[in-house]
Amino acid sequence: MNFGLLDQYAEVAGGDVVDHLRQLAAPLAGARMLHINSTKEGGGVAEILRELIPLKQALGLDARWEVITGDQPFYECTKSFHNALQGAREVISESRLRAYEETNAENAERLRTALAEADFVFIHDPQPAAMLHSVPERKGKWIWRCHIDVRRPHRPVWKYLRTWVAPYDASIFSLPEYAQPLPHPQYLIPPSIDPFNEKNCELPSEEVAAVRERFGLDPELPLVVQVSRFDRFKDPMGVIEAYRLVKTLTPIQLVLAGGGARDDPEGEVVLEQVRQAAEGDPDIHVLLLPSDAHRTINALQRAADLIMQKSIREGFGLTVTEGMWKWKPVIGGDTGGIRLQVIDHYTGFLVRTPEGAALRTRFLLHRRDLLEQMGERAHRLVKENFLITRHLREYLTLMLALRYGSGDRIEVDR
Amino acid sequence: MESLDTGAHVTPRASDVTPFAGRDCALISLATGITAENLRELRDGLMEAPEASLYHHFWGRLLRPHFDEPEYLNDFASWVYHSLREKALAERMSLVDPTDFGDMESVRQELVELIEQHLDESESVPWARGDQRFYFIRAQLVLFDTGLRVDHPAKLSALLPRFSTSSLYYHFIDARRRNHGHCDDFCLWLGAYGDEFADLVHRLAGLDPYFSSLHETRRRVADVFAEQFGLPEEEGTAGGGTAPGPPELQL
Repeated sequence: MNFGLLDQYAEVAGGDVVDHLRQLAAPLAGARMLHINSTKEGGGVAEILRELIPLKQALGLDARWEVITGDQPFYECTKSFHNALQGAREVISESRLRAYEETNAENAERLRTALAEADFVFIHDPQPAAMLHSVPERKGKWIWRCHIDVRRPHRPVWKYLRTWVAPYDASIFSLPEYAQPLPHPQYLIPPSIDPFNEKNCELPSEEVAAVRERFGLDPELPLVVQVSRFDRFKDPMGVIEAYRLVKTLTPIQLVLAGGGARDDPEGEVVLEQVRQAAEGDPDIHVLLLPSDAHRTINALQRAADLIMQKSIREGFGLTVTEGMWKWKPVIGGDTGGIRLQVIDHYTGFLVRTPEGAALRTRFLLHRRDLLEQMGERAHRLVKENFLITRHLREYLTLMLALRYGSGDRIEVDR
Repeated sequence: MESLDTGAHVTPRASDVTPFAGRDCALISLATGITAENLRELRDGLMEAPEASLYHHFWGRLLRPHFDEPEYLNDFASWVYHSLREKALAERMSLVDPTDFGDMESVRQELVELIEQHLDESESVPWARGDQRFYFIRAQLVLFDTGLRVDHPAKLSALLPRFSTSSLYYHFIDARRRNHGHCDDFCLWLGAYGDEFADLVHRLAGLDPYFSSLHETRRRVADVFAEQFGLPEEEGTAGGGTAPGPPELQL
C-alpha cells in the first residue's frame, strides 16, 4: 500500500476518513477493477480518473485504467451523443452509428482478456458503452458511469444509447435529476474536488499577488469572481448587472474568468456581449483563459473576497466547490447542484435575480465577520462532503453493495 | 469478593459483560424514479416509495451533506417548506419522529394522513417550481465489523473521538431503529453493567442527534463520556480496544 499518498489525504480529510476507506477497501482486496473512457488527457473524466486510480491502488486494490481509440467518424458520432444527451436535437447518420458500434467492438477485442476477467468494469460516458455487448463471457459486474447532465436528453438518441446501457448491472449518475428509467439500480454519486491538484492546492501568497498584478487587480478593492464558461446559462450578463447595482454604493471590482469558446458559436456570441457590457469600466475584468490555466484560476479564487456563480441552469457546479474549499462564501443561482452546496445563509446565498446577487454582495462586503464565518462553514462543508475521499468511499460502497447483495442493508464479511 | 446482594439489582462484574463490538457502515444513494412536483404527488410518492426511501429521507440525510442547524428534521418537511412554502404542514411533518412508531409503515401512514388533512383544508394544491421537484431516493447501507473490541466503558471513552462519523452514526443513530426501546448501542452496552453507569446512560439518552452534523454529535458523545471518565490520554496510551489487522485499522 502507498501509505504516503493516503497519509497526505488523511492530513486534509482526517485520519478517521482514510481509516474508513481502508476498512471498506479490505473486503475488496484482490478484486480487479477496470475503468474505461475515451481519453487520458483533457476533460473532467480523465481528471477524475487520474486522481481516483492512484488512490484505489494506494488502498491495495487492483485498479487499472484503459482508453478506447477510434477514428474521426467515431468521435463525430460520440460528440453528437454528448450534445444530444444534454438536450441538443442531433440527427446522427446510420454510417456514424455503424462507426460507433464497430469501434466499440474493435476495442472490446483488443481489451478482451482484461474486460472478461475484471471483477468490476466501469465504463465512463457513452463512448465505450457498447463494449459490453461484445464481451458475453464477462465474469464481473459492469457499471455505466454517466458524467453528463442528462436531465432532458434528445429522446431518439437516448433511445438508441439505452439499448446499449440497459444490460449493465448498474449505472451511476451525478444527481437524482439525471437518472433515467433503466432496468437496473441507478446509483447517485456527486462529483468531487481533489485538494491537491493545481485547481485547489495551497498557493504561496506571492503567487496570488502576482496573478493580481498580472491582471491589473487592485489589492485594496473588494473582489468578486465568477469562474465559468461564457454561456448564457451561467448568466454573466446578470453578474455584470449585479456588479453595477453594488457599485453605486460600494467600491468593488469584478472578474469574469472562463475558458475558450472556439468550438461553441453561441459561447462566442455571449463572450462578445459580455465584452461590450464591460467596455469602459476598468473594474470589470473579462478574462479568457486557456483550458489548462488551473493555477491562475486557483489564484483568482483565493484573491476573491467572495465567489459568484449566478447560473440560471447548472449541473453540479464544481467551481462553487472550488471556491468554497478556499474559504469563500458563494452567491449562487438557486438551481441544480449549487443547492447541494450553497446552504442559504450558512455557506452563502442562493439568488434568482441580479438584484438578489447585488443585495447579498453588499451585505457580505459590509459584514466582514459574517463573510468570514460563512467562508469557514463553506470550507467545512466541502471538507466533509465533496472531497475526492468521499467520492472514493462511494465507489467502494457501490462495489461492496454489488458484490454482497441487493437489499437495503448489506452485511459484508471481512 | 462475590456480591452478597441477593436482591434484584445485582451489579454484573465487568468481566461478565460482553465486550463492545465496533461496527461501521457506509451509505450509498439510489434513484427510485419517483418524483413529486406538488403536494398531491408527494402524498402519492409516499404511498409508493420503498421503506428504504423513507429511511433515507429521515435518517440517511445525516450521512449526506447538511449543515449543523437544519430547520426541519426530515427531507419531506424541508421540501414542503422550501419548495411549496407550506410552513404549517412542514412544522407538523417535521415533528414526526420515526422512533415513536413501531415500524416505517406507520410512519408512512402518519405522513400521508398529515398531507391528506392539509389538502382537505386547502383551497388549492401547492406546486413547486419546475426545477424544484422532490426526488425520492433510497439508500443501501453496507455494514461491517471493524474488529474493534472494548472491554470497559472507560476504554471506549478514550476511543470515541477517533470513531469514524459513520461508525458513530451506526451505533448512536441507526441503533435507535434496531434496538428494543429505541436505545442506542452505547446505552445498551452500558446497561449490561447494571446501575453502575446509569447516570451516563441518562445523559447519553438526552443527546438529540437530529440537530447536529455527525462531527458535532461525535464531539458531544465523546464529551459526555469524558465527563464520566476524564479526558482521553494521548494516542498510544489509551489501551483496551483490540482490533485485529494492521494498526491503521484501529478506530
